[in-house]
Amino acid sequence: MKPRSKRLILLGSAVALLVGAVALVLTAFQQNLVFFHTPTEVAAGKAPVERVFRIGGLVEEGSIARNDDGYTVRFAITDTAQVIPVTYRGSLPSMFQEGKGAVVQGKLTSDGLFVATEVLAKHDENYMPVEAQYALDKAHQANQTVQY
Amino acid sequence: MIAELGHFALILALVLSLVQGLVPMIGANRNRIALMAVGRPAAQGQLVFLVISFACLTYAFITSDFSVRLAAANSHSQTPLIYKITGVWGNHEGSLLLWALSLSLWTVAVTVFSRDLPEAFMARVLGVLGWISAGFISFTLFTSNPFERLLPAVAEGRDLNPLLQDPGMIIHPPLLYMGYVGFSVAFAFAIAALLTGRLDAAWARWSRPWTTVAWVFLTAGIAVGSGWAYYELGWGGWWFWDPVENASFMPWLLGTALMHSLAVTEKRGAFRSWTILLAIGAFSLSLLGTFLVRSGVITSVHAFAVDPARGLYILALLVLVIGISLVLFAWRAPKLAGGGSFDLVSRDSSLLANNVLLAVVTGAVLLGTLYPLFLDALNLGKISVGPPYFEATFVPLMVPVVLLMVVAPFMRWKKDDLPKTLRKLGPAFGASIIVGFLVAFVIDHVTWRTVLGLFLAAWVLIGSAQLLWSRLAERPGAAASNRLRGIPSAWWGMWLAHVGVGIFVIGVTMIGSLESHTDVRMRDGQTATIGKYTFVFQGVREVQASNYIAAQAKLQVFKGDRLLTTMTPEKRNYVASAMPMTQVSLHIGPLRDLYVSLGDQLDSETWLVNLHIKPFISWIWAGCILMALGGIFAASDKRYRRLAERSAPAAAARQAS
Repeated sequence: MKPRSKRLILLGSAVALLVGAVALVLTAFQQNLVFFHTPTEVAAGKAPVERVFRIGGLVEEGSIARNDDGYTVRFAITDTAQVIPVTYRGSLPSMFQEGKGAVVQGKLTSDGLFVATEVLAKHDENYMPVEAQYALDKAHQANQTVQY
Repeated sequence: MIAELGHFALILALVLSLVQGLVPMIGANRNRIALMAVGRPAAQGQLVFLVISFACLTYAFITSDFSVRLAAANSHSQTPLIYKITGVWGNHEGSLLLWALSLSLWTVAVTVFSRDLPEAFMARVLGVLGWISAGFISFTLFTSNPFERLLPAVAEGRDLNPLLQDPGMIIHPPLLYMGYVGFSVAFAFAIAALLTGRLDAAWARWSRPWTTVAWVFLTAGIAVGSGWAYYELGWGGWWFWDPVENASFMPWLLGTALMHSLAVTEKRGAFRSWTILLAIGAFSLSLLGTFLVRSGVITSVHAFAVDPARGLYILALLVLVIGISLVLFAWRAPKLAGGGSFDLVSRDSSLLANNVLLAVVTGAVLLGTLYPLFLDALNLGKISVGPPYFEATFVPLMVPVVLLMVVAPFMRWKKDDLPKTLRKLGPAFGASIIVGFLVAFVIDHVTWRTVLGLFLAAWVLIGSAQLLWSRLAERPGAAASNRLRGIPSAWWGMWLAHVGVGIFVIGVTMIGSLESHTDVRMRDGQTATIGKYTFVFQGVREVQASNYIAAQAKLQVFKGDRLLTTMTPEKRNYVASAMPMTQVSLHIGPLRDLYVSLGDQLDSETWLVNLHIKPFISWIWAGCILMALGGIFAASDKRYRRLAERSAPAAAARQAS
């Protein structure tokens, strides 16, 4: 094989690989990005319906309840301004407690109930999940702007 | 007093690291032997002071000296001794000290095992390592001093995060750090090569064992971390594509590429610039990993503190390292070009293809890991990139890597015949497809993912068997034992590691296909059946340990009528931190693990219990162990040691002439 055609093949396959990889990454991104919304945004209708996203905040005091089947848990996530009811089927992480920070991932139904497929609590006593903290801070800021 | 001693020793170590970074470099530039010779003692002295410093901190933890802020925050007088010791690195400051200590150990290892390197080259290697060390020790001293006092002292410490009080955590961080930091040696060799302009087969031979050993540590460290996540976090998964996991996985991917690229540079003198670039990349990703994990930009069990100054410091270090080395590369690399030419069909080109694929995979993982951070930093919204993204990009890109992995060792260097290779491997390929379908059919799970995974595993294992066979057939006259012994350990290393990949793929495929899991409500005497196993709940009792109280459930497990085992999952409450924890109960077997965790208490006697069957999960770790073992074999090859014997007479001859 001539060196020139060899180089052409090498270059061609490298470009093909790169294009393929970029296409792969872009489609994977488009289908799998999970956006985050604060409870206030969800209450304002800014969150998508029937698409997976995340909410973060505090688990509202006194909101955790189990259905009679024992598997389905209902609770509410709040950023202190708005409260979003959540249902989840399965075991909760051991750090999941009322009044503590949590982030849930799932879909919003048309009647405003959030059906969670994943519940993330914090890993240790001292730190809040970043997203939960963010939601609280935002609600806090909004609250202050209203007051002034 | 002891803490101040440790602090002082750390300052002295910093001074020595600056000496090590500066003096030998000047010596190498001016060709002054006396200055170059300063590197070794400086490195060794630095190790002494770092050991003293580390010992002092450990002493504060063991003696529960809560006037040291770090001990007060991460230890407790009632913590078992072993977790008092691991508590030393179960936090930001202490783990940085461990980083510096590992680097120092690697540096001294270089001074001991690579004595035959040319003096000027060695001086530059030590110089580069000295600068890295100075960067990290100063980071520790100025932003994260582990010896800071807490005055007045508190009576009791806050205890180590219970998640970290686990046997896996005893060895996970040191292994991982030895791996991360180990790539700094490969990096220093690469920079020294750029500085001296010497980049030949001998250089590659010097770098290879160091890179391989670092890779072995990283492999083992990642495997232990994954095992920890599997049984300690209580979700039963073994890999979550968490940013922190990715942080250690990216250097591993690029390190794998580097090992293979170094092989080509040693054997054929080719891919020089590429090898250098990979060495820079692997180390940069190790630094990036440290940044991601330590700066608090990611919340996880690893993010101990959120202090912007620290994040900025590592970021600056990262930019400095990448910037300087890339500028150096751009300036010097054109002079390094060259090396043997090779045909499109050759071992060289298949290794190159795999290298490029591994680099692309690394890029995809990097993008998925950093993209949410970029968006957040630019205030464009908060998003997360979950496992589906990584699976959708990782799997298709790795399939050709695994396919080529089997073909490359059959090919000859420089030029081979495509039809001949295809004929040779055709039967193995056909057999693998049949095995893939057959096994999927037998386990009654015929999906394209399962068939693909089983096919790839069969391809690797059958291909490896054929490779061993043809290697043994090379010397038909010799006795079988001689033929086996005639194979160099580097070859065995390659073979073992590749077999390990096959075993690993079996584990991943089976767990992905056959895993079963159920949550059940159970009270005394109730049974639940999952698969072939019946679980009988026998109530919950309270258990006391030195630093926690646990509710411990007892479940008898029957397979048919036979009592298999009794499992005791716990829900623990750690006294000092008031942190609840689930302690999983495992019954490990070669073909499946039984995995039981205790969920919420529903009423006074009823509990939610999670029962899992995890088929073939131990094969994942077994595969990792084989890969690491392969690395050890490869690094211990005789020819790396023979270098010393060979170069001694050569040096003598040079002097004589």
